[in-house]
Amino acid sequence: MSETETIKFSAETEALMQNIIGRYPEGRHKSALLPLLHIAQADSNGWLSVPVMNRVAEILNIKPIEVYEVASFYSMFHLEPVGNCLIEVCRTSSCWLRGANDIVAHIEKRLGIKDGETSADGKFTLRTVECLGSCGTAPMLQIGEQYHENLTMEKVDQLLEENRNTTKHSTYLDHTTFRTV
Amino acid sequence: MQRKLLLEHIDVPGIQSYDVYRSKGGYASVEKALKTMTPDAVVEEVKKSGLRGRGGAGFPTGMKWSFLAKPEGVPRYLVCNADESEPGTFKDRYLMQHIPHLLIEGMITSSFALGAKTSYIYVRGEFFYIIRILEKAIAEAYKNGWLGKNIQGSGFDHDIYVHPGAGAYICGEETALLESLEGKRGNPRIKPPFPAVKGLYDCPTVVNNVETISAVVPIVNNGGEAYAAIGIGKSTGNKLISASGHIKKPGVYEIEMGLTVEEFIYSDALCGGILNDKKLKAVVAGGSSVPILPAELILKTASGEPRLMSYESLADGGFATGTMLGSGGFIVMDESASIVHNLYTFTRFYHHESCGQCSPCREGTSWMEKILHKILEGHGTISDIDLLWDIQRKIEGNTICPLGDAAAWPVASAIRHFRPEFEAYVNNPKQQLEVSYYDHCRNLASAEV
Repeated sequence: MSETETIKFSAETEALMQNIIGRYPEGRHKSALLPLLHIAQADSNGWLSVPVMNRVAEILNIKPIEVYEVASFYSMFHLEPVGNCLIEVCRTSSCWLRGANDIVAHIEKRLGIKDGETSADGKFTLRTVECLGSCGTAPMLQIGEQYHENLTMEKVDQLLEENRNTTKHSTYLDHTTFRTV
Repeated sequence: MQRKLLLEHIDVPGIQSYDVYRSKGGYASVEKALKTMTPDAVVEEVKKSGLRGRGGAGFPTGMKWSFLAKPEGVPRYLVCNADESEPGTFKDRYLMQHIPHLLIEGMITSSFALGAKTSYIYVRGEFFYIIRILEKAIAEAYKNGWLGKNIQGSGFDHDIYVHPGAGAYICGEETALLESLEGKRGNPRIKPPFPAVKGLYDCPTVVNNVETISAVVPIVNNGGEAYAAIGIGKSTGNKLISASGHIKKPGVYEIEMGLTVEEFIYSDALCGGILNDKKLKAVVAGGSSVPILPAELILKTASGEPRLMSYESLADGGFATGTMLGSGGFIVMDESASIVHNLYTFTRFYHHESCGQCSPCREGTSWMEKILHKILEGHGTISDIDLLWDIQRKIEGNTICPLGDAAAWPVASAIRHFRPEFEAYVNNPKQQLEVSYYDHCRNLASAEV
């Protein structure tokens, strides 16, 4: 992948990005990097390829390395393709105390994949993640924007069933998340 | 039961919306401040209230505000820290989800006090559905004249923007948050200079937690003295406690500071007692970073006094026998919980979340995770326990930001109070390992590498 190769987002997406840049003071447009990467990822099947990051660098008029170093720092940015349905199960203390490991083991068994893997048909990716701030409704998992709380094995089975035939990527946000002015 | 200040209207149907919130007296603090008070008078009320930062550090808010530099012609910023990521803590999410206008109102009143024309709410990235809720509330506030130019004819202009994080606990540290807000990696800055002098874009900045900013609303409405009359000693007012783990009724509770820990855990109106009526074993009282205490020390201080839900009482005895109120993330463990395994989840967390700037934290958290994993697997030795102790001691106090301390304290306190349990894993691994999570724990750890 060339370091200079780039892509174009849809006109609608590029307009949204310009709108977000306007939230920050003159000359401080780099502040928009995190929101722009979220939007770029949502627009690119849930992961950030080098050409996608290069385009974000172009839009912000910063060096590509300034984008790569940030994208690799934050756990919500995926630098490899992920399944259409990205399942993120909280594994930290309170969720662990309330049986998160059993939930993970159950999903692993049902999908035939391990933590961190994508199913052969590319539909599901399973990740364990650190505390998602939902400790009072543990155990829990996140699919895209949605939190699924107070999990039971039945609820998990239902979620897997609901998402089995999804064709759209389960991204964290869409074009209606942010207020535009 | 004492009066609620933040959650008073939480059960009112439709309180998420502007109209209902306004009908319950919402935005009165903005009206009062803008029409009848000077910015300094608002700061004075917050000082009088004794309000302390609700994010975890407990620093007096009024004092933090009074440190804000005010050079001519330089913009000042208020940044709301909504990067709630401390394991065991979910109160800010609860506030923003159920009563988003309270935070917006607090932001406007606080910004007026600080002379900030622009403020940002930095929300942890995983909370995108909360961002949606906040954006809607902000749009309603603009529509009704509480944001924008010349608010309510006062001449005060203010804009609020929501900014998403992207999954990094470290960005809850205020200088890392500012770096992140500037579009960089979340590496904490060396202090001084403090944000009050050089913060966002090198301008004077106040960073406050969601609950802290929300508490400014009742303080301005009722006066600082009325707020200071609630609570106990220097722990004034109410505190939101996020209760989780092995209790019958996990959730967010607004309590008056000074309540006994025993009542908090066992009262039917609050946590409702231990799940399945088992015995209480241990509590992490203020989020993962604070020392864990065994049942006897969380219910009573070393001198036999009832332990109270307050900054001072929880800290009574120092780290030898006490802990901290921290963020109010109250994690309860029953007699079946493995202290060593719970510690492993904490240490894995800090290893994952260390930004990597300081060697003691970057390397130390990794070593501690590996050693704990080795002990859990049944390959530990007694000297491993001593090595854990030694590593945590060398992290504490030797890093730019408090993440190093936060990673060290859980390890130190678990060994201090539960050393026999670590030794049992070493001396009799088979017995300790005959638990359902063993195989799975191994899978998780190997996936991590």
